[in-house]
Amino acid sequence: MEPVQQKKISRISELKKEVTILFAGDSGDGIQLTGSQFTDTSALFGNDVSTFPDFPAEIRAPQGTLAGVSGFQLRFGSVEIYTPGDVCDVFVAMNAASLKANIKKLIPGGILIANISGFDKKNLGLAKYPEGINPLEDGSLGKFRLYTMDITKMTKAALADSGMGTKEIERSKNMFVLGFLYWMYNRSMSRSIDFFKEKFKGKPHLIEANIKVLNAGYNFGETSETFSSQYEVKPAPMPKGVYRNIMGNQATALGLIAASEKSGLGLFYGSYPITPASDILHELSKHKNFGVKTFQAEDEIAAATSAIGASFGGALGVTASSGPGIALKGEAIGLAVMYEIPLVIIDVQRGGPSTGLPTKTEQADLFQAMYGRNSEAPVAILAASSPSDCFETIFEACRIAVEHMTPVFFLSDGYIANGAEPWKFPKGDGLGKITPKFAEENPEGTPFLPYKRDSKLARPWALPGRKGFEHRIGGIEKENETGNISYDPENHQLMVKIRAEKISRIADFIPPQKINTGQEKGEVLVLGWGSTFGAITMAVKDLIGDGYSVSHAHLRYINPFPKNLGEILKNFSLVLIPEMNNGQLVSIIRDKFLVDAIGFNKIKGVPFTSEEIKKEVLRILGVSVPN
Amino acid sequence: METIEKILPKDFVTDQEVRWCPGCGDYSILKQAQSVLAEIGIKREDTVFVSGIGCSSRFPYYMETYGMHSIHGRATAIASGLKAARPDLNIWIVTGDGDALSIGGNHFIHLLRRNFNVNVLLFNNEIYGLTKGQYSPTTRKGTINKSAPMGTIDHPFNPLALCMGAGGTFIARSMDRDPKHLREILLRASKHKGTSLVEIYQNCNVFNDGAFFPFTEKESKQNETIFLENNQPIIFGPSRTMGIKLDGFKPVIVNLEEGNSANDLWIHDEADPIKASILTRFFDDVTIPGHLPRPFGVFYTETRACYEDEMEAQIVTAIESKKRGNLDALLRGKNIWEIK
Ligand code: SF4
Repeated sequence: MEPVQQKKISRISELKKEVTILFAGDSGDGIQLTGSQFTDTSALFGNDVSTFPDFPAEIRAPQGTLAGVSGFQLRFGSVEIYTPGDVCDVFVAMNAASLKANIKKLIPGGILIANISGFDKKNLGLAKYPEGINPLEDGSLGKFRLYTMDITKMTKAALADSGMGTKEIERSKNMFVLGFLYWMYNRSMSRSIDFFKEKFKGKPHLIEANIKVLNAGYNFGETSETFSSQYEVKPAPMPKGVYRNIMGNQATALGLIAASEKSGLGLFYGSYPITPASDILHELSKHKNFGVKTFQAEDEIAAATSAIGASFGGALGVTASSGPGIALKGEAIGLAVMYEIPLVIIDVQRGGPSTGLPTKTEQADLFQAMYGRNSEAPVAILAASSPSDCFETIFEACRIAVEHMTPVFFLSDGYIANGAEPWKFPKGDGLGKITPKFAEENPEGTPFLPYKRDSKLARPWALPGRKGFEHRIGGIEKENETGNISYDPENHQLMVKIRAEKISRIADFIPPQKINTGQEKGEVLVLGWGSTFGAITMAVKDLIGDGYSVSHAHLRYINPFPKNLGEILKNFSLVLIPEMNNGQLVSIIRDKFLVDAIGFNKIKGVPFTSEEIKKEVLRILGVSVPN
Repeated sequence: METIEKILPKDFVTDQEVRWCPGCGDYSILKQAQSVLAEIGIKREDTVFVSGIGCSSRFPYYMETYGMHSIHGRATAIASGLKAARPDLNIWIVTGDGDALSIGGNHFIHLLRRNFNVNVLLFNNEIYGLTKGQYSPTTRKGTINKSAPMGTIDHPFNPLALCMGAGGTFIARSMDRDPKHLREILLRASKHKGTSLVEIYQNCNVFNDGAFFPFTEKESKQNETIFLENNQPIIFGPSRTMGIKLDGFKPVIVNLEEGNSANDLWIHDEADPIKASILTRFFDDVTIPGHLPRPFGVFYTETRACYEDEMEAQIVTAIESKKRGNLDALLRGKNIWEIK
């Protein structure tokens, strides 16, 4: 076998507009930490960033196997970044399994950094390479710029006299990689050093060890002969302002707290642990000093019903889950529809059905949100389009729930929940007001009518403790205005119509749909919702650049739709709806507007690439695309 | 909660027509509840009745307080959220054997262990009434009914043993046909801080008439029941000549007229969890010769922190140590950068 030449790059600083790095290794290798540290540092430096963590479903999947591979993809640049990248320029493979699982993502000519110790006989066997085959040595990686280094060994050397055990030392090897990449992209290590100091407070030996390994990685870059180039990615020209980095679930949690503060309602969050929604619970439980009450319920049903109970008492009642958990909440959501009280239901969607692909992303719960209850039980539905957009969208969901006295679905998904991006965060003062619809005083001598409505068709919210407003609500059909039990046929039809009309009227209180990219009229409208935003934006920008008549509109409000959506659809000859499901929004659009919208579906547990969308637009335009 | 004067049982009556079957045990319970609320003098506006689904769950419509009639089995979970959000409210959960022990079994046990300060009235009629006569998780084995024409093969729950196991802090039993006792127990339940669980034997005269007659009717009541009194020996029988003695952990019936002294009898101690557990096991089939009589009264009480208080306490601690949260600081986070 011919040994592979280690190519040398001349020691110059190359300027790059954007770079996509993929860190991959065993789930025990600290890949997520490495990725998020590099992200934070790059964001602080002023790059635009977008991330895509990808972890195995099993917490302790067998070490070294394909099932145990954890990845973190990160794109950063001096230009606007909309997605974590379709393919990657740099790939750090900590072991053989991670190489095997991800090598297809590396572009020809891309940089491949491989940890030699992760390619020993045992690891090769676990990755199911045939006996005697080592991809690092057989020439199969010839089209990449391969750099092998013994990260494990160098980490051990750096910590030789630290007094730490072998296991503990090995666990620090991700910091070597991080240090090395900091060198490669000329980044300051101070953000990570501060992070260690905070994370290992009171454990000085761990702070020291991590800094040591980080430095060792950095110095290795500087001094090693094998690798001799640095890259420069300048800060991105983003709109002026002050930024922070934010993940989707974190933005959701912050949006809830903001809504609680702006409405004056205490936040009650009923939840049962489930991937990928649990991080919202974790985040909220850290902020009890905002009066936040988090309730880890005994099951999904209790998570939803406790939030309903809290809402009856005057709290901002919120419950969250992912697809299968939402299914369990269905009956409770129907009850909230009858009660006509505020309830926010967060669905961080994941691959399904059933347990499906717990750690992978999908947008297949739109039908569940729209129709997933018995009988006629309409609710409002909003969807977030990016990690930072979770903030505004959940805030809006809370506003609608409280001001319109209705359950509201907030849809996010695993991709944006765990992804991160820079966020030009707002000031509290700049956020809209949320005005609860508390019952007004009754004229003397008149009884309180719990189901008497205002022009929004919202009923009054009368909280226990208020004298003269004692009333009973229930899941049984109720008489218009009085709320008393009623089995009257005419009344039932009236109430079903009123509940539907109440949701429709929300359209009077939301902004009109805008065209996010492109012209108001044209040949193709790419209509999206949720986390496909980044990929569609990139694709449409490229297509416009290539001279095609393509526009992009992205929906935040799905039920009801903005009032002008029908008009927008009419302005285009073709409507393409890319979704990570088997065609849900497309059915609703066709149903509501009788438009011959074209579905484009990817149901693989991974997001669209912008290339895929571009090709599909060209295909429906009849342009032949070489494969 | 402030108390006010002169509120009367009738002030708790709503304008809604009560729709239980004539002769149903629920009427008696409703009456006692209205009377007890008047006696403790809690304001109507501070009181919330929460129920699930079933005959008993219509209860809130008949109480002139705030009320939530909900869905099957979930009253306990709804009340948990309500109490967590509003510790100031006086909350009563009305549930039945199907609602609490079958479809809502999970929420029921978790309510007990969390010890929210609420009162639970568990109407046990050993049958599904509202759905017209199927067996429930407390129906005695072998009972013939709509869904078990050959007799049930389900082993029934022993509800109070279950409550002990779930960590309940107030466990009691009463019956619809003894209004005086029921009233006394409801009063005690209302005063207990923590989850007060009262199992009420309730006759469903339509689908399971007489299920509790051995305990409720004159002819047999005195032989078949024990009325527990704290710190008193356990004595029963028409002329109060029978008693219970503990032989190790085994309860035995003794006759005080046959040379046994009242001094050797089991002294009821509400604070003793072991003894309370044994008492909940007095659950024999009345047709078996030598069976133990069924206890009524307060089996067990314990003082333990309530969930909502601990929840509030954590908020207070968080505010003390971190200051009341500032929204702008939260949105800003720890690491920011400026693009100029
Ligand atoms: S069915 Fe039984 S429990 Fe229900 S109201 Fe009639 S008698 Fe009472």
